[in-house]
Amino acid sequence: MALYSEKVMDHFRNPRNVGVIEDANGIGEVGNAKCGDIMKMYLKIEDDIIKDVKFETFGCGSAIASSSMATELIKGKPVADAMKLTNEAVAEALDGLPDYKMHCSVLAEEAIKSALDDYHKRNGQ
Amino acid sequence: MIYADNAATTKMSEKALETMVSLIKDTYGNPSSLYEFGQKSREVLEDARAKVAKAIGANPKEIIFTSGGSESDNQAILSAAKAGEAAGKKHIISSAFEHHAVLHTLNKLKKEGFEITLLDVHENGLIDPGEVEDAIKEDTCLVTIMFANNEIGTIEPIREIGEVCKKHGVTFHTDAVQAIGHIPVNVVDDNIDMLSASAHKFHGPKGVGFLYVRKGVRLFNLIEGGAQEKGKRAGTENVPGIAAMAVALEDAVSNLENYSKIVTAKRDRLIEGISDISHSALNGDAKKRLPGNVNFCFEGIEGESILLLLDDKGIAASSGSACTSGSLDPSHVLLAIGRVHDVAHGSLRLTIDESTTDEEVETIIASVKEVVEYLRGFSPVWRDLISGKREFIL
Ligand SMILES: Cc1ncc(COP(=O)(O)O)c(C=O)c1O
Ligand SMILES: [Zn+2]
Repeated sequence: MALYSEKVMDHFRNPRNVGVIEDANGIGEVGNAKCGDIMKMYLKIEDDIIKDVKFETFGCGSAIASSSMATELIKGKPVADAMKLTNEAVAEALDGLPDYKMHCSVLAEEAIKSALDDYHKRNGQ
Repeated sequence: MIYADNAATTKMSEKALETMVSLIKDTYGNPSSLYEFGQKSREVLEDARAKVAKAIGANPKEIIFTSGGSESDNQAILSAAKAGEAAGKKHIISSAFEHHAVLHTLNKLKKEGFEITLLDVHENGLIDPGEVEDAIKEDTCLVTIMFANNEIGTIEPIREIGEVCKKHGVTFHTDAVQAIGHIPVNVVDDNIDMLSASAHKFHGPKGVGFLYVRKGVRLFNLIEGGAQEKGKRAGTENVPGIAAMAVALEDAVSNLENYSKIVTAKRDRLIEGISDISHSALNGDAKKRLPGNVNFCFEGIEGESILLLLDDKGIAASSGSACTSGSLDPSHVLLAIGRVHDVAHGSLRLTIDESTTDEEVETIIASVKEVVEYLRGFSPVWRDLISGKREFIL
């Protein structure tokens, strides 16, 4: 039995939306090197819609797959929807994660929230 | 598959496998039964005991068969503690990077009121016998130091530590699970009172091991029951497994010189090749290490993702990252040699053996380079490092 689902491995092997958005208007970084996972999210928001999203991740397979899936789940969506993204939704979309790996999906949720917070701050909200 | 995880477990040798299968099929008598068929098993068992004893310079009477390294460690340590307690001695000396079979047993004793001193293993992963001597007190009942470390492969100055213990009349136990069958071990020359070993680390079967206990050293049971193993370890003996262990060990020990020469050369080529990767570092002393052990930290990336990508390339390896252990802390071994969390998460252990070909060595080097570069390509930590926002540690 493999450690991860096929979905997780697919997103780990071929992560979607990897990289940097140079003119991002919302950036969030969460986690720390001490615990072993760091995620950075870049958002390009126009008219309250997430036009583009990219990520960079230092972390395990589950962290990389969770980042990738989280970007897919919010891309093209209204900001209000992205705000509601939960780690459970990320894990579910990945066909589940081992229990001790759930914290990696929490980090993905937090990374998105942190980038959205940054966007709101920049817009004086 | 390129199997580079021999420190986790090894493939059984053909001879061990044949021995085991044939005994399971044909020699299934209970060695405690008095009829001829049972006594045949008894003979196989005692022959195995003689082989194992010879391989480490012991007397057959000093060998007890167990279920492996963990059981041997538990029995040795708990026994020495019990004997110590009876004499009013409740201090134990060990090191910070022992296997959990040792560390968790010591933790249990700590809760029971024992004082535990864990010695520094220094940056190179080597314990200083002088520091062992300095740590010995009136009430020290046991020194337990591993022969070779399972993660970074460093070989400890066991003979010198044993000498110190002898001088002070303190029982000396060594977890030699990674050493036996890989480097020369002689319990007399190396001043060892108790030694743990496990068959599956030297091409024997899993779930079989032994404990050497020098004549005159007290031993208590872990498992109560029948009178097997002179009453020191109850349970009908795993005769096929024990016999297979004995032939595997006999072969390994008779081939040690050759093994060491061949595998060390491959190891050093691996170290040389992987050292090309910038901001990487070898963990553990470069010379005083097991022939087959290579362990690196790579800055800016995490170990589990390295393993998964190597797995995709058909390479089986291991890492001391937190996410492979299920806890948030990376390997206690890497922390013990002073690697900070940030880099300890990005570790890779490759443990090869004599069957690893030169071609496979080159494939491993090329694959590791490729994987490290790929992962650094989208690591926010690496971005901060190369842009100067964060300082390089390695
Ligand atoms: C140094 C060391 N001690 C003890 C053990 C435990 O051995 P076993 O798996 O036979 O219980 C191992 C195996 O991982 C080891 O490497
Ligand atoms: Zn993780």
